[in-house]
Amino acid sequence: MSVTSAPSSRAATSAAPPPPPSGPAPAAAPCLRFRGLAKTFPDGTTALQGVDLDVAPGDFVTVVGPSGCGKSTLLRIASGLERPSAGEAQVSAEQIGYVFQDATLLPWRTVARNVELLAELHHRPRAETRRAAAEAIELVGLAGHEQKLPGALSGGMRMRASLARSLVLEPQLFLFDEPFGALDEITRERLGDELLRLHAAKGFGALFITHSVTEAVYLSTRVLVMSGRPGRIVTAVDVPFGADRDPELRFTPEFAALCGRVSAALREGHS
Amino acid sequence: MSIDLRAPAAGAPASPPPAGAPASPVVAPARGRSLLRGWLPPLAVLALVLAGWYAVAYLVLEPRLQFLLPPPHAVLTDGFFEPQVLERMGEAVARTVQVAATGLAIAIVLGTAWAVAMSQARWVERSLFPYAVVLQTIPILALVPLIGFWFGFGFTSRVIVCVLISLFPIVANTLFGLQSVDRSHHDLFTLHGVGRWTRLVKLQLPAALPAVFAGLRIAAGLSVIGAIVGDLFFKQGEPGIGILIDNYRARLQSPELFASIIAASLIGVVVFLLFGWLGRRVVGAWYDESRRGA
Ligand SMILES: Nc1ncnc2c1ncn2[C@@H]1O[C@H](COP(=O)(O)OP(=O)(O)O)[C@@H](O)[C@H]1O
Ligand SMILES: [Mg+2]
Repeated sequence: MSVTSAPSSRAATSAAPPPPPSGPAPAAAPCLRFRGLAKTFPDGTTALQGVDLDVAPGDFVTVVGPSGCGKSTLLRIASGLERPSAGEAQVSAEQIGYVFQDATLLPWRTVARNVELLAELHHRPRAETRRAAAEAIELVGLAGHEQKLPGALSGGMRMRASLARSLVLEPQLFLFDEPFGALDEITRERLGDELLRLHAAKGFGALFITHSVTEAVYLSTRVLVMSGRPGRIVTAVDVPFGADRDPELRFTPEFAALCGRVSAALREGHS
Repeated sequence: MSIDLRAPAAGAPASPPPAGAPASPVVAPARGRSLLRGWLPPLAVLALVLAGWYAVAYLVLEPRLQFLLPPPHAVLTDGFFEPQVLERMGEAVARTVQVAATGLAIAIVLGTAWAVAMSQARWVERSLFPYAVVLQTIPILALVPLIGFWFGFGFTSRVIVCVLISLFPIVANTLFGLQSVDRSHHDLFTLHGVGRWTRLVKLQLPAALPAVFAGLRIAAGLSVIGAIVGDLFFKQGEPGIGILIDNYRARLQSPELFASIIAASLIGVVVFLLFGWLGRRVVGAWYDESRRGA
């Protein structure tokens, strides 16, 4: 893993010295590292203040927080779409997968052509792109739907296609902005399980935004709770369950206890 | 046109017969029924109009004045079924279509370029959009004498009139379409560091196509109007359907006059249907489905 191959625009340092990292140092070099991150928009809205955050390869970090607390802004800074107004944002992933809340498929392209899009934008050779796309489509369970247009797919299938599109580039870091927010409960849980399976297989670092406390605990190695605006991380809860999680896990007392802790922190941060 | 000719999915239950209907109702095939439902009302209106037309021609107008509104069958027999008249109308329609199509083609190229330029930067849009609005607000008819003065009374002037009259809907709709791209789609392209050209070709232009075709449909109709206006004003050079209409009027040949007016209207209708069909062919599949699925 090459450290800081990110373009210089991704790393911005404020005049103030960064505060020492809080919590135990991660085992592997992080693919995403925020220190004292703050974001104030030109209109004066302060969305984030003093955010410290690490995502190491293999981590699945989930952020929960009230609406408008700056979760999307966090991801936009991580991806380089926005620049922090203070603090340090380091991304050492060569490729970042960004999964938006809506699947953002191009409605005039078939599933296959949508999944090929990013590789195409990076001028990957045609044959290699085709092969990688077919593999990704297989992996997310969309085989047989390659020639369909997005409009003919269900919400869950569209999200799978969106996931496959990012997978083609083999990203080392995945950013998910409430990807399952618009889906029904059953689809949501099924996709969650498949995402865990993908995560275990590929070993990317993941920063995942959600509104659902159970989803957060079920998917994560660590859950971060954000306060209302300006968003700060008020609590970090490590999730001790192993990589292969069973849907039944949701009904265990340990799971319920963790959810209780996250919910309590959310309520506290909200007031 | 929103006449749905598609039959419902096979196996869809037929609606139950109304209470008191005979025990064995005649079940018309669904397709036939929806065809009937689609075409019957406009045909009924047509029948009413024709009846009104006959009434005016025979009951209101004295025979001496009947030339003002010849009965419909006279328009057919003396106009459309008269080989000599038909041939002249055919030639005139062909010339009008040629002028309108040339003007439309030029307007498409100019209008698209104009809209693409405006979509690339705010300051370009701010500098150029007012002129698109000016184009829309000045009465083109007032410019026609000047165009004739500068470019003569032939093909060139007629085409210029068509371009001027059909340019605005193309510019406005194309620009609207190019700017209708979702922010998240733009973000996706930004994330992967694409340049303006790739963004335009792979994202903005395809996304704009539904709006572009809506504009084309309007522009094509306007271009036909432009060709006829050019005819009426310039009155010389190769006569189009506008000149033919004017000649028949001057010679009081009213069945021929009415036949030519109907022919001119048919150009407009055909152009409208043609571009509607073309739009559905090009963007229908994904546009309808993304509407339905959203
Ligand atoms: N470009 C912007 N300019 C001004 N304010 C913004 C901008 N983007 C987001 N905000 C504001 O910043 C806050 C955080 O936004 P966001 O990160 O989208 O919240 P979340 O994803 O947690 O719901 C919100 O109050 C939002 O209105
Ligand atoms: Mg958000």
